[in-house]
Amino acid sequence: MKAWKTWSSAAALAAGFTLSALATGAARADDTIKVGILHSLSGTMAISETTLKDAMLMLIAEQNAKGGVLGKKLEPVVVDPASNWPLFAEKARELIAKDKVSAVFGCWTSVSRKSVLPVFKELDNILFYPVQYEGEESERNVFYTGAAPNQQAIPAVDYLMSEDGGGAKRWVLEGTDYVYPRTTNKILEAYLKSKGVPAEDIMINYTPFGFSDWQTEVSKIKAFGSAGKKTAVVSTINGDANVPFYKELGNQGIKATDIPVVAFSVGEEELAGIDAKPLTGHLAAWNYFESIKTPENEEFIKKWQAYKKNPKAVTNDPMEASYIGFNMWVKAVEKAGTTDPDKVIAALPGIEQKNLTGGTATMLPNHHITKPVFIGEIEGNGQFDVVWKTDKLIPGEAWSKQLDGSKDLEADWVKLNCGNFNTKTKKCGGA
Amino acid sequence: MIRLLTLLVLLFAGPALAQAPDPYAQLAGDGYAEIEAGVAGLAASGDPRAGAVLSALSDGRLLVRPSDKALLIRQPTGLVEARTGAPAQDDPSLKPVRANNRVRRTIEASQGQLNLVSPEAAKRREAADAVFKARDAAALPALDTALAREKDAGVRQAMSEARAAVLLAKPGTAESEKLAAIPAIQARGDGDAMGILRGLSADPNEAVRAAAGRGIAAIETRLAILGALQNVWYGISLGSVLLLAAIGLAITFGVMGVINMAHGEMVMLGAYTTYLVQEAIRTKAPALFPWSLAISIPCAFLVAGLVGVLIERFVIRFLYGRPLETLLATFGVSLVLQQAVRSLFGPTNREVGAPAFMSGAFDFYGLSVTWGRMWIILFSLAVFLGLLFVLRKTSFGLKTRAVTQNRRMAAAMGIRTPYVDALTFGLGSGIAGIAGVALSQIDNVSPNLGQGYIIDSFLVVVFGGVGNLWGTLVAALTLGVVNKLAEPYVGAVLAKIGLLIFIILFIQKRPRGLFALKGRAVES
Repeated sequence: MKAWKTWSSAAALAAGFTLSALATGAARADDTIKVGILHSLSGTMAISETTLKDAMLMLIAEQNAKGGVLGKKLEPVVVDPASNWPLFAEKARELIAKDKVSAVFGCWTSVSRKSVLPVFKELDNILFYPVQYEGEESERNVFYTGAAPNQQAIPAVDYLMSEDGGGAKRWVLEGTDYVYPRTTNKILEAYLKSKGVPAEDIMINYTPFGFSDWQTEVSKIKAFGSAGKKTAVVSTINGDANVPFYKELGNQGIKATDIPVVAFSVGEEELAGIDAKPLTGHLAAWNYFESIKTPENEEFIKKWQAYKKNPKAVTNDPMEASYIGFNMWVKAVEKAGTTDPDKVIAALPGIEQKNLTGGTATMLPNHHITKPVFIGEIEGNGQFDVVWKTDKLIPGEAWSKQLDGSKDLEADWVKLNCGNFNTKTKKCGGA
Repeated sequence: MIRLLTLLVLLFAGPALAQAPDPYAQLAGDGYAEIEAGVAGLAASGDPRAGAVLSALSDGRLLVRPSDKALLIRQPTGLVEARTGAPAQDDPSLKPVRANNRVRRTIEASQGQLNLVSPEAAKRREAADAVFKARDAAALPALDTALAREKDAGVRQAMSEARAAVLLAKPGTAESEKLAAIPAIQARGDGDAMGILRGLSADPNEAVRAAAGRGIAAIETRLAILGALQNVWYGISLGSVLLLAAIGLAITFGVMGVINMAHGEMVMLGAYTTYLVQEAIRTKAPALFPWSLAISIPCAFLVAGLVGVLIERFVIRFLYGRPLETLLATFGVSLVLQQAVRSLFGPTNREVGAPAFMSGAFDFYGLSVTWGRMWIILFSLAVFLGLLFVLRKTSFGLKTRAVTQNRRMAAAMGIRTPYVDALTFGLGSGIAGIAGVALSQIDNVSPNLGQGYIIDSFLVVVFGGVGNLWGTLVAALTLGVVNKLAEPYVGAVLAKIGLLIFIILFIQKRPRGLFALKGRAVES
């Protein structure tokens, strides 16, 4: 009896082996390269992330039409982490361990990125992160194609200080209460003080996610702005809270000519939900605007509107960052001749990809890219009119030069093989 | 003869041209600095067409023809030459002259000077305000002429305030003039006035400094009182929003005892109904747009109410008396509804427009009151009173109360209790839909709209006392006012946390809320 049991389990084991061998054989026969897409399709962040999923699907379909990569077709694997931060880690693990994807494109909020980091390190895979963020990070497995603070926040403040921007002397830093606004505001506060702005001319304010009753906050801004000095608001308000904020600004009659508001998280997509006329002249700082006229951009917009079957579909900055990240990955895979993550990570720094707005983005050794910076004023039709741009591309800084803890840190994955090399102590491992 | 005249004109115009560049050419230029100089030059030139050109520029109707840099204005009747007003040919190469904030500021200031002599009192008042803001010394002569013939008392006051502000900002104003200007600014008594007086703190003259200091102190007291009143007003406004969101729940949860997690989604459905109604009106009958919200109210009530009845018939009626299962089932329904709306309308926000009577603000003895918020307060009270009337004075209300107080007795009296249950749930849901119409004006119309209100609604109903409509009213207003009074001192995040702690402690002390129902119906 016992002997039979052993035999049967051995048989089962053997059957199992054969099956799994068959399965891998089948996968090889498919000859596809799998690419993971990790964006929330439900929950609070769906409003922003669903678009990026569609953009990725369009880019992959387009690449396949061109013949794929390394002679193989790309196969997108879409998962829905449902705006739930721990679920991001679970879904990332599922993509890498179960679906065996070669790279993942995804995440929007910083907290979701932080949540998947350990998974990417442990399973050694690649994440392309397409959203502007607070910096203070450089990981071997992550490539940041959105803006670092020195590619968005600092140029925006410089503009508002300049004569063209109105020569602001008094500053309101208004943000949603989480890591991105808090870190960005810390950097901006240090930067403003280094430019000689006294502490009493800076007001910092935080509101919860999804905040909708802006009456008090807006009247506070109004009172702060009527002290005789030119005042500007730097808004790191994220997500849904923006619409009621701008509605209240319009209702309380704060015009851009009195107190301009520059936003870092408001793009074409967000403005689609608001009547933009009362907001004319308020600003946004991005590395891409739909209204920028280049042949590449016009073609991209045309393809996007055809893909969405909606002639009014808008494009935005994180979509361009996804576009750059995806094309860089394709070029790196072709350069490395394999999809093996280690080889692709080594191949990525130095890869170049044309921006949609002109100029060429280069992947830097710190895993950030070079970007142009644009300041746009909101127009009545919900688009942006570019009123200022940097004359050259700005390289992304992983570690802010304004903060004490990060001033001496350097990220270089090519020569130093370290994301937080301390130039004072000459050691890898932070401050 | 003609040749001689031309020569003369050229002789006279030549030096003038050399001195001041042609503002029209500057407006057609490239940089914002050049455009700004063009605006200022045009306003100072005394050109009769300046007003028309500037207003076209600020509306984006001023176009430039790239071939010869000529300026054109797009008018409803067609294109005209900016310089002459003569009709012009349309041309696809025309590009609008761009304006940024810097240019717009100059336009506002210049229009201020130009409009000081406008025949409309409202325009003149606006102009005086613009001059007050810009404080441009160049406006002083125009201001003096305008002031001398102004008859309207309100406009006169605005003009003298503007004049005082210009005088105080201008370097080299005599001491006596400054001292005369300070009381005018002080009388204005708002933040802008305080800013001007603060600017005098470095004045070399002691008498001026002292007068400014007195003025600042007076304004500060006034602003402190106004600020407190303003916060109470904001509190009432927030309370009215809470009331609207919670009042439907006061029926489904308060009266029927169903823990309805899908309540927020009924609000969301109401908001989307508003969006659909507006879209239909925009395409079919644009003239009806000012009435779009009024038309949306019954539609939203019907849509949300119908969905409510369906939920009651197909889900909740099997779960009466099992609160935990109801909670889970309705939570599931809420997710289904959210995702359904997301699939139908997409995840992005939908734009719901505000009719003219709901946008902007007015000044009420120094308090700034936004029209939208005021209508929402009135609307929420109307909904509350209407609901009270239905429950107290109609036969349907009587039956509802009978069924919820003693189901078996009510059934024995011949009331069809399942029928009443479904309709009551539909009523609560319909009211939530109506709330969605109002909330679409102040919040995002997105699939997540309801989630933001569900917790607050439960708080209000529990705090006010389950089963008591008046309790809901008092609780909503109390929570709103307390929240808004705390917010300026501790910030929005802490104010909310503090409020939650307060409610937890309060419920410990009085588990049945502010207005507890008494009697046997509660005990059973």
